[in-house]
Amino acid sequence: MAEVKYLTEHYDKPEYRTLEGYKKYGGYEQLARALKMERQKIIDEVKASGLRGRGGAGFPTGVKWGFLPNNGEPRYLLCNADESEPGTFKDRLMMERAPHQLIEGMIISAYAIGAHKAYIYIRGEYTGPAAILEQAIREAREAGYIGKNILGSGFDLDLDLFIGAGAYICGEETGLISSLEGTKGQPKLKPPFPAVQGYLRKPTIVNNVETLASVVNIIRDGAEGYRKYGTEKSAGTKLFSVSGDVQKPGTYEVPLGYKLMDLINNECGGLKPGRKLKAVIPGGSSAPVLTAAECENATLDYECMQQLGSMLGSGAVIVMDDSRCMVDILSTITHFYHHESCGQCTPCREGTGWMEKIVHGIVHGEGKPGDIDLLLKIANNIKGRTICALADAAAFPVISFVTKFRDEFEYFIKEKRSKVKGTKIYAPMHH
Amino acid sequence: MFKLSEEGLNYVKSEMARYEQKQSAIIRALYRAQDENGGWVSPEVIQHLSEVMDIPASHIEEVATFYTMFNKQPVGKYHIQVCCTLSCAMAGGRELTDLMMKEAGCSKLGETSPDGLFTFSKVECLGSCGTAPMLQINREPYIENLDEQKAIQLIRDLRAKAGK
Repeated sequence: MAEVKYLTEHYDKPEYRTLEGYKKYGGYEQLARALKMERQKIIDEVKASGLRGRGGAGFPTGVKWGFLPNNGEPRYLLCNADESEPGTFKDRLMMERAPHQLIEGMIISAYAIGAHKAYIYIRGEYTGPAAILEQAIREAREAGYIGKNILGSGFDLDLDLFIGAGAYICGEETGLISSLEGTKGQPKLKPPFPAVQGYLRKPTIVNNVETLASVVNIIRDGAEGYRKYGTEKSAGTKLFSVSGDVQKPGTYEVPLGYKLMDLINNECGGLKPGRKLKAVIPGGSSAPVLTAAECENATLDYECMQQLGSMLGSGAVIVMDDSRCMVDILSTITHFYHHESCGQCTPCREGTGWMEKIVHGIVHGEGKPGDIDLLLKIANNIKGRTICALADAAAFPVISFVTKFRDEFEYFIKEKRSKVKGTKIYAPMHH
Repeated sequence: MFKLSEEGLNYVKSEMARYEQKQSAIIRALYRAQDENGGWVSPEVIQHLSEVMDIPASHIEEVATFYTMFNKQPVGKYHIQVCCTLSCAMAGGRELTDLMMKEAGCSKLGETSPDGLFTFSKVECLGSCGTAPMLQINREPYIENLDEQKAIQLIRDLRAKAGK
């Protein structure tokens, strides 16, 4: 089975972004149906669908919803649109092409979990998508899909947009909550998990854009229908953001369980002429890198990626061909995590800086024997020892690059140049 | 002394009422004040917002310094933010930054060109990896699928637009 248009069925129609256009293709019909359903029935349906969080962690959505305590406190639904894992750009497409699909999914989800206030937290740089969302929210409010007594159901929901200001860490759900609360976007210690104590210390569910949009299809087709695509443990379709050394980078929707090499060779038109595959990062920059040999039989689902010691993550596939120097690529990744560490936990704040310094040293011909082992030691010492997963995210690429492409690192340290012939190593004018 | 315009003040006041807690409006207030202050958040901006919002200046400053989109130094009319993370770096974003800086007359990142038009920053992943290399000017929509020629032309067009 090749590329499918399940979530993205009408994305090619410009009118789909307007309320009128969205309704022409069945928009808000599932909301009307859902509002007549028992809340628990919707939660059960989402659980049975096998939908897992599409932002990166892959946690079962229905199970997450089930963690909300029944204590009578107000509940909040937050949509995580702080898309910032390097390599990921699929939520942006969803918000640009189908803002009402996300809004409809959010209203249904808020109804199911009993939330009367919902926010979309969008990263500050996404000013284009934010303007589209603001317009769509206004349209939905005017049409009575947001507000009091939605479609005569007695259900009230206020939905608003919150704009961030540039910080990767706000994609971490407790960092997002801190930011929404008007402080630095620093993550909070878990437990308590947001479902128990989240925004304003009230029960809160944070779900990714693609996750919430998928809820519309689950209501329409039922759990059974949704499971038509995907595998037992990885149900449904997923949007993959493909970038790097392919002929046609872009966002592609394929059923989970699809072959990674088919995505690269068919949907993305293969590699550039005369090039051979070297490596693929399958799930955003924090996912351990796969060698070409590991990619051969890899399938795009949670279980296969776990078997390979990597992650499906956000579905960001970054392809590297044989012209790439892995030391240079790791230097950009280590720089990213050092820059984005929020500074709260010492192992991450210091460790990401040390890792960047060492890899940059190697790239600039200042590598020393022992650097590789030192990198591994730091990476292994920071992961699992911090409040949030940023330290892990920074450690995984270091460990996987250095282990799987050790020869390139050893060569660079010894010879003060890249092992990959013809690679231009970026020598900064200003460093 | 920095002071928000009357319209800006009304905007900040309405944003303070928009969320459950008024401090959630700090980001929007900072954007507004930055725009009215020629593109950067000065110590006076923080002081003024502190008074307007009745929130300690230390708290406003904490937010302003945590996020990358608030400029803590003056910038030119066009703050050019080139993505240099992973896919953009692979597609030549870093080299392109150097090229554009040369064309614009900037010798260092963060330094404004003598004509006051351009300031360059290398930024981290902007979520546009499939259309790399790319950049964002101020808070405008993205400029994607760049190459050397387009990048140079962009600087020239901006200069012409500014009448310099």
